[in-house]
Amino acid sequence: MAGQGKTVIKVGLSTCGIAAGSTKVYELLEEEVSKNKLDVTVQKTGCIGMCYKEPIIDLVTPDGKLFSYGDVTEENAQRILEEHIKGGKPVEDLLILTERDEVVGRQVRISLKNCGIIDPESLEDYKLAGGYKGIEKCLKEMTPEDVIEEILQSGLRGRGGAGFPTGLKWRFTRGYKSDQKYIICNADEGDPGAFMDRSIIEGDPHAIVEGMMIAGYAIGASQGHVYVRAEYPLAITRLEKAIEDARANGLMGDNIMGSGFNFEMKIKKGAGAFVCGEETALIASLEGERGMPRLKPPFPAEAGLWKKPTSINNVETFANVPWIIANGADKFSAFGTEKSSGTKVFALAGKMKQGGLIEVPMGITLRDVIFGVGGGIRDDKKFKGVQLGGPSGGCIPESLLDTPVDYDSVGQTGAIMGSGGMIVMDETTCMVDMARFFLDFVQNESCGKCVHCRLGTKRMLEILTRITEGKAQPEELDLLEELAYNVKEGSLCGLGQTGPNPVLTTLKYFRDEYEAHIMDRSCPAKVCRELLTFTIDPELCNGCRRCVKRCPTECITGEKKEPHVIDQDKCIKCGNCYDACKFDAVIME
Amino acid sequence: MADAVESPQVDAIPYQEFDKITEKYKGDPSAIIPILQDVQEIMGYVPKNSIGYLAEKLEVSPAKIYGIVTFYAQFRLQPKGKYIIMLCEGTACHVNGAKLISKSITDELEIEGGQTTPDGLFTLEKVACIGCCSLAPVMLINEEVHAKLTPDATRKVLKDYVNKEAAAQN
Ligand SMILES: Cc1cc2nc3c(=O)[nH]c(=O)nc-3n(C[C@H](O)[C@H](O)[C@H](O)COP(=O)(O)O)c2cc1C
Ligand code: FES
Repeated sequence: MAGQGKTVIKVGLSTCGIAAGSTKVYELLEEEVSKNKLDVTVQKTGCIGMCYKEPIIDLVTPDGKLFSYGDVTEENAQRILEEHIKGGKPVEDLLILTERDEVVGRQVRISLKNCGIIDPESLEDYKLAGGYKGIEKCLKEMTPEDVIEEILQSGLRGRGGAGFPTGLKWRFTRGYKSDQKYIICNADEGDPGAFMDRSIIEGDPHAIVEGMMIAGYAIGASQGHVYVRAEYPLAITRLEKAIEDARANGLMGDNIMGSGFNFEMKIKKGAGAFVCGEETALIASLEGERGMPRLKPPFPAEAGLWKKPTSINNVETFANVPWIIANGADKFSAFGTEKSSGTKVFALAGKMKQGGLIEVPMGITLRDVIFGVGGGIRDDKKFKGVQLGGPSGGCIPESLLDTPVDYDSVGQTGAIMGSGGMIVMDETTCMVDMARFFLDFVQNESCGKCVHCRLGTKRMLEILTRITEGKAQPEELDLLEELAYNVKEGSLCGLGQTGPNPVLTTLKYFRDEYEAHIMDRSCPAKVCRELLTFTIDPELCNGCRRCVKRCPTECITGEKKEPHVIDQDKCIKCGNCYDACKFDAVIME
Repeated sequence: MADAVESPQVDAIPYQEFDKITEKYKGDPSAIIPILQDVQEIMGYVPKNSIGYLAEKLEVSPAKIYGIVTFYAQFRLQPKGKYIIMLCEGTACHVNGAKLISKSITDELEIEGGQTTPDGLFTLEKVACIGCCSLAPVMLINEEVHAKLTPDATRKVLKDYVNKEAAAQN
């Protein structure tokens, strides 16, 4: 890539890297390199997916050897500079090569192929990695129908959640006659806990530009819109630059590559509403309205943005497109299963040992994802469940860990594939609390149009809150279930239709936890504080009075340097004493 | 506590700046959201008393603008504090104890989500996932990320900001 023949240092500068401090590392390396006149290029790159090891830097020697370093604080960067770059000796204890091989080596990276490898701000880098070959092939060798046929053959299904075949969507949109059509990239990434779309845009923005151009050519659209979450400023900046660079290099605008095909792109920032990820709500928001979904049909393919035929696809969907065109549909469908071809990116988070982004062929089991690629549960605690599909998805228990990850198998468990957020939970996670958490989210984000979604979710939330507080009656479980089905049936869009899923799946697989909260007034995972009692172990308490100072109800008594006691009648179970105690003397059970 | 939100001060509306913004999007019927984003960018919030003016310029009803402002979580009608604490309450952060972090912020600063401290120093905003899930629980204070928080670490971070401010005053 850029700077061949020299040593190249690539610093992982996506949101996760920056959060871990990689900007300072980047600046320090740049400064040192120029100060010492070292023959080294310092470069930015995206996220390789091993977010738990950030800041990560890759050092590539002139003969192409790769040295990958993790946990690179400024101090460690200095060491690498002195020992490796100047001294020629790799810093063994910071190397993460073996681990990287293990984590990355088990993956099949198609949509993430460039993330963490190329400089996302360099068009040249993208082209060296084979970029814009896909659109070139389309424009020079393929008719729009050929492109659609190729995508259909590949079996690519939408990665935004519902898994609708992308080729089919494009064929429908192409089929409607109109003076103007639109292609929209859905980068609203609403599932709280999924971050693949952000990472792809931050790490490989040109792939989205190219994917959208190919789609535009296929359906006959000369205008593209990207709807990005406002919470993703870095993704927006990088995408803006990619669009500008493409335009400046004749890859966007009129008569691209002399083919007569015109294409322009615009970015619209979202304004913080989960429901705007739903396609009709997204269109309303693009038109400057409140983001409320509307009834389908007509589908956007017929009447979308400004009532014109529109195809909306997800970021990851687009990221697959240039690869499929360049490598052929067969190569793509060789991965995955018959009905779910190709790969899927998952965002592993929660109680994972190795949280981050991974891309695997569909059809491998959840167990392989979590315990193989993801390295298992942190602190070797016991696995309890995994939430797939965010607030619209469901919780899958240990007994179903051998479920293959493909659209249909995941669907059968009651969860959905969704966008690929995977939140892993262990024995210290309370499933009722999780259900409450997701429902709280859905209830907050309901746009209010449908009565069931607006009020039903509110009543469900009230019941769940009562359960977590130990105030619910046994018959309320049935009511909760009934309400859940009513909300699913009585809602117009996917938000309400799927919002009760977390409740229904936890009721199905973890009913005993609900019952413990209701019958025994106890929370087995010790999360719901209202159901816990706080006491002080006189053996461990040394009377430091730290808890006394933090107790809001003054219910802790005892002389200085003598064991203290909590008055259970006055205790409001805020847990301050538990947090304050430095000697583990406060017992929570 | 709710009265901590209302700030007595009403900022003067920089009409010329507003005109520049509306001019930039002239003829684009979909531009209300970006216009409001630009207004919030320069003002820090969307002042209630500016809604009428914008409505007139854009030839829509004030109710429509108000409807949009209240629909989208990004817009605020109250001025914000000097430091915006964006506490992540996304799934990964929740699983890793965001509730306890939220509680320690509320204990320390006596504000809930959406409120500003009376001294105008901090505004607490709760958001869903800022994309650092593997570093959960996380909060952003202005642009700075504070990761892998514990209640104690949170209190310390806040105290550091308060002390820094106090030092700057003297
Ligand atoms: C409540 C709700 C939220 C959604 N959020 C998103 C989202 O954040 N990103 C996304 O790509 N699709 C989201 N979708 C799915 C979109 O409606 C649409 O199906 C998708 O963007 C189509 O792209 P695809 O075919 O490439 O998957 C959401 C759907 C619903 C009902
Ligand atoms: S859930 Fe908090 S950063 Fe993603």
